[in-house]
Amino acid sequence: MATTVTGTRPLTKTGIGGGPKPRGPNGNGARKRNGHDSPFPDLQSSASRYRIGMWVAMAAILMMFTALTSAYIVRSASANDWQPLKMPRILLLSTALILVSSGTLETARRKLKDAAANAHRRWLLLTVALGLGFLVSQLLAWRQLVRQGVYVSSNPHSSFFYLLTATHGVHLLGGLVALAYLSLRTRARQENELAVVKRQGAADAVTLYWHFMDVLWLYLFVLLFFWR
Amino acid sequence: MSDETHEAVHRHPAPTSFIRKYIFSLDHKVIGIQYIILALAAVLVGMTMSVLMRMNLSWPGTNWPILGTLFPGGAPNGVMSPEFYLSLVTMHGTIMVFFVLTTAPQGGFGNYFLPIQIGAEDMAFPVLNMLSFWVTLVGFIVILSAIFFSGSESTVGPIGGWTGYPPLSALANAGPGQGMGMNLWITSIAIFCIGSLLGALNFITTLLNMRTRGMSLMRMPLTCWAWFTTAVLALLSFPVLLGAGVLLLLDRLAGTSFFIPGGLYLTGVLSGTSPNFPLHTGGSPILWQHLFWFFGHPEVYIAILPGMGATSHILATFARKPVFGYRAMVFAIFAIGLLGFFVWGHHMFISGMSPYSAMTFSILTLSIGVPSAVKTFNWLGTLWGGKIRFTTAMLFAIGFVSLFVAGGITGLVLGQTSLDLPMHDTYFVTAHFHLVMGVASIFGMFAATYFWFPKMFGRFMNERLGKLHFWVTFIGVYCIFVPMHTMGIAGMPRRYAQFTEYKFLESLHPLVVLVSIAAIFTVLVQLIFYFNLIWSIFKGKKAGDNPWEATTLEWNTTSPPPHDNFAGVLPTVYRGPYEFAVPGAPHDFVMQTEPEPAEVGEGVGGNGHNGHRH
Repeated sequence: MATTVTGTRPLTKTGIGGGPKPRGPNGNGARKRNGHDSPFPDLQSSASRYRIGMWVAMAAILMMFTALTSAYIVRSASANDWQPLKMPRILLLSTALILVSSGTLETARRKLKDAAANAHRRWLLLTVALGLGFLVSQLLAWRQLVRQGVYVSSNPHSSFFYLLTATHGVHLLGGLVALAYLSLRTRARQENELAVVKRQGAADAVTLYWHFMDVLWLYLFVLLFFWR
Repeated sequence: MSDETHEAVHRHPAPTSFIRKYIFSLDHKVIGIQYIILALAAVLVGMTMSVLMRMNLSWPGTNWPILGTLFPGGAPNGVMSPEFYLSLVTMHGTIMVFFVLTTAPQGGFGNYFLPIQIGAEDMAFPVLNMLSFWVTLVGFIVILSAIFFSGSESTVGPIGGWTGYPPLSALANAGPGQGMGMNLWITSIAIFCIGSLLGALNFITTLLNMRTRGMSLMRMPLTCWAWFTTAVLALLSFPVLLGAGVLLLLDRLAGTSFFIPGGLYLTGVLSGTSPNFPLHTGGSPILWQHLFWFFGHPEVYIAILPGMGATSHILATFARKPVFGYRAMVFAIFAIGLLGFFVWGHHMFISGMSPYSAMTFSILTLSIGVPSAVKTFNWLGTLWGGKIRFTTAMLFAIGFVSLFVAGGITGLVLGQTSLDLPMHDTYFVTAHFHLVMGVASIFGMFAATYFWFPKMFGRFMNERLGKLHFWVTFIGVYCIFVPMHTMGIAGMPRRYAQFTEYKFLESLHPLVVLVSIAAIFTVLVQLIFYFNLIWSIFKGKKAGDNPWEATTLEWNTTSPPPHDNFAGVLPTVYRGPYEFAVPGAPHDFVMQTEPEPAEVGEGVGGNGHNGHRH
């Protein structure tokens, strides 16, 4: 039986079942080498994995909030027991705090790029303070509602309000832990180039996450109080 | 490159203590084996449960004293209660889907071989990798506790099936096992979601970021494509289940009404009229079905895609031929994954959806047949005219193709609304999904085990026992699941503890007994596999670095691979993954690391250009 491999060219270059085009051995892979042949991945790829990982994680988180949003929309239309909450005023403060914190963290990240470690740490701590302020303000919003006698099970809108703020709060708490880790890492003496690059990668990733949390809160705020 | 950086980049040096080396290991290979061990343990539990169910179906009312001892609440005096049967259905399904079919192919083999096949020294985030395993293990312990320690209901687990439909799954007094058992069940699923998400994050980042020099996307083995697509599916579907699980848990514990409708009567009590059945209004049980199946359908591809990858890989290796239509295979994997997100409604035709949505879901469902057929065609194309070596791994890979076709073809039946409505929740459905997502995936994993065992442990598994295992299992599963189609067409419903009350099903009883006997045989033969596995680790025939004369990177390193996979020197890749039977090459296989010859004999033969494109 003749095989289907009929070509007579020695050691095919088109790559049977493989590469689309014959290409040189260099520059095909994911790793961009710094011009020298090292047995281990170069610095940039170790740093960029934090950013890639963060984008991937954000996709997952986004999917969960998408699912909850679809539940929110379906549930709001599925029965006539939906009683819209009156927005607790303190949520405006929360929103302001988290918006500002995004700005301060971005500044912190830029300071790190400029190798201004002390300034970086100061902005980082300011961000942590603002983040904590946001969480406290969210808790106060809960207290306001509880004082009005609005609990998780009171009506579907309050259920979703507590659920969405809590889920967002837990994710933000994760961001705070990451910020704390980042500031501890800044304290540690940076011995080599790799550690510096990795720290920058981590800082970029955490900043990305924090901005994501910021936008996510704005979205939830609009969904909860302005969508219907 | 200086030694200093060399050390720095080498993130975690080989551990020496037993605990860091084998228990809390950061090495993706050890973690992969831990996942496989978890799956091997879980599958024993799941299989035992299926045998118990079969015994109850064929010999209802028989006294099994051992059952009475193990489950005094569920099987008083050794006679299984219908509730206990239902909790076995639930636990069997949940354990098999999550802790076997999701754990072994992706967490196990994916973890072990994805980094090696792309030429990386480990996963991108080793600590997350370790966490993902331990989180999954906690999930397993919690799910076991749902049936074994579910408190006052004493040894009856949740009885709602693996789909956990509300409102019954949302109410603690809906039945025995629906109290603490159901809470533990949901908690376990949520924990599992988190573990899987950590794993998926790692897989995607590793594949995008850590491919070695020359390993372009289109030079990756198909296994890597399958694991990657699986990880993307897991990443996008598990968060939805997690969200739904949280909503369900709130309904149960916090008194919300996401899924519980108003005016619900439960055992004669109206919602809101009794202290242990508080008022619920306005929830939508169908909402859970949408959320659940939005996850549930991609989940079946999470189970089978790695098996498809392994099958393609193994068929090419033992047919000594390149994979037929590599690019088509890659696109087919993606197409299956993508379409998998738009067909969840076909699980819900019976819930009364608009005929227009039903038609849309139906058409999308049937269209999955196209990439599936592309894959089947290409597997056959790969085998066609090959110099086939019938190793056990190859037999299981061919078995996978057979089961995938046999199980998939009935998907075309069930995907049509008009046919699904009468067949829904009959044994026809049971037969369909067991063949295609259960047994086919498991065959993929058996093939993978026999194929990669020499790499993982440096020794072969016993071929004679392996072939016995294959033939009995292969014939056994067909004997189990083909008759189930007949039962389903005759109208036998799923999830019934026994059929003694139904006159119209009486004539089917011999078939029920046949299925049970086949099931018991098939399960017993798996003990040979377990024996072979353990025995071969210590006593198997020694294998070299590349015993199957394969081409991909895992065969480039020692068996078993060193801690950093390639002993400090990452390979460079020069060619595609399946260069078998290349004309003019000195051997019938060309490793991916073999550099281009210095243009030896360039231009010999006039029809060389694209001569290998099919």
